[in-house]
Amino acid sequence: MAERSDPGTPATPIVDVVDERLGRQSWYQRLMVRPDSGALAGVVLVFLFFTFAAGDTGMFASDGILSWMTVTAQLMIIGSGAALLMIGGEFDLSVGSMIGFSGMMIAIPTIYFDVPIGVSVVLAFVVAMAIGALNGYIIVRTRLPSFIVTLASLYILRGLTIALSILFTNRTIVSGLKEYSDDSFVASLFSAKLFPGFFQWLADNGIILKLPNGAPAVPGIPMLIVWAFALAVVGHVVLTRTRIGNWIFASGGDANAARNVGVPVSAVKISLFMATAFCATVFAACQVFEFGSAAADRGLLKEFEAIIAAVIGGCLLTGGYGSVIGACLGALIFGVVQQGILFAGAPSDWFQVFLGAMLLIAVLFNSSIRRRVTGER
Amino acid sequence: MKTVLLRGVLMAAAMVVGVATTTSSALADNERFVFVSHAPDSDSWWNVIKNAIKNAEHDEGVKVEYRNPPTGDIADMARIIQQATASNPNGIVTTIADFDVLQSAIQGAVAKGIPVITVNSGTAEQSKELGAMMHIGQPEYDAGKGAGERAKAAGVTHFLCVNHYITNPASVQRCQGYADGLGVKLGDQMIDSGIDPTGIYNKVKAFIASHPDTDGIITLGPNSADPTIKYIGDSGSRSKFKSVISFDLDADISKAIKDGTMDAAIDQQPYLQGYLPIVFLTQYVRYGVMPSNNVNTGPGFVTKKNIELVEKLAGEYR
Repeated sequence: MAERSDPGTPATPIVDVVDERLGRQSWYQRLMVRPDSGALAGVVLVFLFFTFAAGDTGMFASDGILSWMTVTAQLMIIGSGAALLMIGGEFDLSVGSMIGFSGMMIAIPTIYFDVPIGVSVVLAFVVAMAIGALNGYIIVRTRLPSFIVTLASLYILRGLTIALSILFTNRTIVSGLKEYSDDSFVASLFSAKLFPGFFQWLADNGIILKLPNGAPAVPGIPMLIVWAFALAVVGHVVLTRTRIGNWIFASGGDANAARNVGVPVSAVKISLFMATAFCATVFAACQVFEFGSAAADRGLLKEFEAIIAAVIGGCLLTGGYGSVIGACLGALIFGVVQQGILFAGAPSDWFQVFLGAMLLIAVLFNSSIRRRVTGER
Repeated sequence: MKTVLLRGVLMAAAMVVGVATTTSSALADNERFVFVSHAPDSDSWWNVIKNAIKNAEHDEGVKVEYRNPPTGDIADMARIIQQATASNPNGIVTTIADFDVLQSAIQGAVAKGIPVITVNSGTAEQSKELGAMMHIGQPEYDAGKGAGERAKAAGVTHFLCVNHYITNPASVQRCQGYADGLGVKLGDQMIDSGIDPTGIYNKVKAFIASHPDTDGIITLGPNSADPTIKYIGDSGSRSKFKSVISFDLDADISKAIKDGTMDAAIDQQPYLQGYLPIVFLTQYVRYGVMPSNNVNTGPGFVTKKNIELVEKLAGEYR
């Protein structure tokens, strides 16, 4: 199933006069061999589905859109990192635990040790990326599967989060961050709502819903969404337009071959683990500043959601193939499906069954589209 | 092969469309309420509330969607409330599992003009501050204190509070109330037991072994009570404890009260927390009437005297 077509080594002896790599492809073929084409088809499918099943429930009103875009953006942040890492041939199962850990790293020093909020945030990023680097170092050094090593970090980090927060604060929810973070630059960097004036104008002119108290139903674009798009663009450009991007594909495709042609495989993999840790910390920072509290159980199971987004987006579990745009579309599918099921009013006992079934359908659909077009079997 | 796969996908999609649309259109004419809880999927206690909601749905002729964060993550719960607000229901019922986290989401619903009733976790003051119409629940501290006073009458001096949901601040208040009712310091007498039955069993065992003068136990619900009951039975140590009380009820706790392993259960009558908010909201939406004060559904104590009736309905309506 995960077999890849490898354009460099044709299975049959070369009989064509023209090298197939130099042959002309139609724009349609070029569009369809992209790893993210299937995910795009999946996005169209879920939007069609929910327009039909939940079109009149407020899902596509301004605050409804904000609701599923928020979930999508959260997942885009960790999904972009997970996609890059997966293309580089590795997994990170510690993303969810890292979210809880980084959140505490921001909240505890600020509230209990009078560390300025900006310093705690920088510290959280530094420590998280150091742990990511350690994960990567252990994996390239021992050549153990990343699945096992990061599964260990999943437990260690979750345990540390609970143990350290009990040790320092005697509680597992640390709240009250708002009074330290009000008006500070870092807080607005992660939780500001952009263009409030514009949205007020939209509400005043009846373009979006206005609340009875005069405020618009959507007060602005949350920084969470800005971060999601910024990370996606950076990830996409690095992957497709730079030498580092080629290194990532090469490391994931065949690490030994890549080493032999001079790709710094170990450095690439370690940096990718640092990148997923960075993404997890961005996720945590946005959440901590939005809610003004950190909790030891934040981010449970998010590592799987990140992997699901990357896989729906066309990344191969074996590495060497995939795209960041695809992972973002995968996040969009997940976000729309997860919130859309709620809008459609599906019974709650069956919620996870629907969620799983819809995701399976999206993946089957997009892989069948991709195979049909690329001629893969 | 490919066409078979594609056909299968389309068929499955058609089935999901079918189910989803029938559920949303069949009751589209009636009032629609959303009930948001903080309980993870694994928490069985909420089944009574779900049953109460089903009864209220039937009795009032309304539709209620029960929602919860599958892993119990309160940040996810805030997203669910925001989603519920966007879907323009006739009313929202929610718990205040964490005031700081849920504050902006609940206030967002109130600002949109959706009537909100808070239930279960949280206090009447918090409910008022959020702009909710009323709070229906059991004041946690007072309930704990009531249990502590009972324990004091039984002569307890050292106790163990088995807390299976330590991330919920209300659970700590229960233990604190018990300590205050008893007139002693809480100190290290509260343990974070987790929710795994084997883990709880062994943590209780370890605590009793290292604190041999413990003569009272308070558990915060079926999750922590059931393994504790099993421990007391296995170790044959019932005579050592002067008072064993649990919050809430299930089949095991009822049985323990009957056979004397447990002295009493604090019943917050969760059925009312599921049933009443739907009844109140329906009347409010239809006729504009709403009681003007909060409702305390507990504490009521279940003992050997009134266990007969309760036992018959435990886990379903009690």
